[in-house]
Amino acid sequence: MELQYWIWIAVGLSFSLYIGIAIWSRAASTKEFYVAGGGVHPIANGMATAADWMSAASFISMAGIISFSGYDGSVYLMGWTGGYVLLALLLAPYLRKFGKFTVPDFIGDRYYSNTARSVAVFCALIVSFTYIAGQMRGVGVVFSRYLEVDIVTGVLIGMGIVLFYAVLGGMKGITYTQVAQYCVLIFAFMVPAVFISFLVTGNVVPQLGFGGTDSDGVYLLDKLDGLHKELGFHEYTSGSKSLFDVFCITMALMVGTAGLPHVIVRFFTVKKVSDARKSAGWALLFIAILYTTAPAIAVFSRTNLIETVSDKPYEQMPYWFEKWETTGLLGFNDKNSDGLIQYTADAATNELDVDVDIMVLANPEIADLPNWVIALLAAGALAAALSTAAGLLLVISSAVSHDLLKKMVMPNISDKGELIAARIAATAAVCLAGYFGINPPGFVAATVALAFGLAASSFFPAIVLGIFSKRINKQGAISGMLVGVSLMLFYMLKFKFGWFGGGTKADWWFGISPEGFGTIAMLANFVVTLSVTALTPAPSKEIQQLVENIRKP
Amino acid sequence: MKKNTYWKKNIQYISILLSIWFLVSFGCGILFVEQLNTIQIGGFKLGFWFAQQGSIYTFVAIIFTYIFLMNRLDAKLKKDN
Repeated sequence: MELQYWIWIAVGLSFSLYIGIAIWSRAASTKEFYVAGGGVHPIANGMATAADWMSAASFISMAGIISFSGYDGSVYLMGWTGGYVLLALLLAPYLRKFGKFTVPDFIGDRYYSNTARSVAVFCALIVSFTYIAGQMRGVGVVFSRYLEVDIVTGVLIGMGIVLFYAVLGGMKGITYTQVAQYCVLIFAFMVPAVFISFLVTGNVVPQLGFGGTDSDGVYLLDKLDGLHKELGFHEYTSGSKSLFDVFCITMALMVGTAGLPHVIVRFFTVKKVSDARKSAGWALLFIAILYTTAPAIAVFSRTNLIETVSDKPYEQMPYWFEKWETTGLLGFNDKNSDGLIQYTADAATNELDVDVDIMVLANPEIADLPNWVIALLAAGALAAALSTAAGLLLVISSAVSHDLLKKMVMPNISDKGELIAARIAATAAVCLAGYFGINPPGFVAATVALAFGLAASSFFPAIVLGIFSKRINKQGAISGMLVGVSLMLFYMLKFKFGWFGGGTKADWWFGISPEGFGTIAMLANFVVTLSVTALTPAPSKEIQQLVENIRKP
Repeated sequence: MKKNTYWKKNIQYISILLSIWFLVSFGCGILFVEQLNTIQIGGFKLGFWFAQQGSIYTFVAIIFTYIFLMNRLDAKLKKDN
């Protein structure tokens, strides 16, 4: 059957599934809208968290990024999984015990102050908006690449679907569609991976395959190191970044993961404290399936690519080469006009431009897999982008309707009124996200990675200290969050956007990249919080009792 | 069992498990990666393997260990009260 039909079938079926779930799981109260009624099974919540967490970037781009950076790509693998250990041990169980709806809820109550609540709302909104614009863009890109519609139509279709199930079902609708989306995306990711692993190494488990040998009996990684050396790239299995920077980036990503509001709220949806721990475990297990496969795909496709193109005549390239050339993901420029493709690390002689996304998207074609696998990949990429967008949307709408409206502006609003406000806020947020998806501001790509720095420097210290110390007071927490976020924003604006005089790599403080600076900003937050607390009075007995209560199972 | 004992035990579990968390990722995967890379197991250099595979498996194991330990502790607390 034609590829195009397969794709329409895969996308159509998966979308009708999401819509069906949305109709079945309409939210009738704010508790259902914000936390799915609080009775989600830990394994279902684990799947939903995994889908919530794995975005279009994890699904489409991560394997490619690792493929091009080798060992340096490990920062994403460790950073985006290690954060779950912090979540499970330091945050999730206690926040579940606290038992409210949002992260600003906790900050506002624990630090008995609406100023603290407002700072938290502000941080939640910046973090979520920088993140969601990228997701809507991802939806548009997938549509335009696979379904031959333009990006605007793609974004509009994506907005329509998310709007339907997020506005109708709130967290309840989102949770159960995310469960379905996890199944779609993991299946779509694993099928080509298993095929390719078997083709290249004879081992069906990709995680083992990439430590195995190819048909000539040479270890794949040794071979790749050799190829890299020949072409002038740094050795695949060792790094090119400074050790200190790698350390800082990994830490910022881990702590940022644990501080992202759309991930944290998922743990409010389970029934009891022990379920919060369990679902963190399941979530990481489900995420680990993709995250341990990605580096294997990276190695297979990197080796495949180099062997297929390096010093080969352009005329003899397989059919997929031309196809991906037309999409702009591959570009060949015969600089020395010898008809051969020179792929090297030196920009002056290199003739091939490769986009990172191609490593996952073109995999099925490179390995000559059947058309339905390609269709599956399109459905999987859409599932990854939509599920993350929906999770973020909920954080934005609850920040507005619950934290701002109910807790600060109109405390007397009825449950029904708040529910209507939540739906209006969600609709407005989808439209805004869609607008940014269609007209992406140049800063989106640069700031998604930095959203982690912002989350690390604002929420993480305030929440962890709020649980593990009874002495921390509002003066400490508020000044800590403000210093952390301002420092992070300053560094990001200075070195990413050239504000405040700008600066180059040589000017980085202690050689830390903006991506890794979240670690320093977080430390600054800790130091400021602790010092200001030491100089100001302890919180009241009631607050200390609240902390005491959170700690009980 | 007293409430205080429960919390102290919990802190003890967390400290041990977080030390392992730090050791496999920041230790084996970053700080000592070059030394470990001199050891090769199958096709993997050990440091590289920890950075891209081993640390993730260990993270999963850490959380499930914590779940087990805390469920046991919760049960004990319930029984004693």
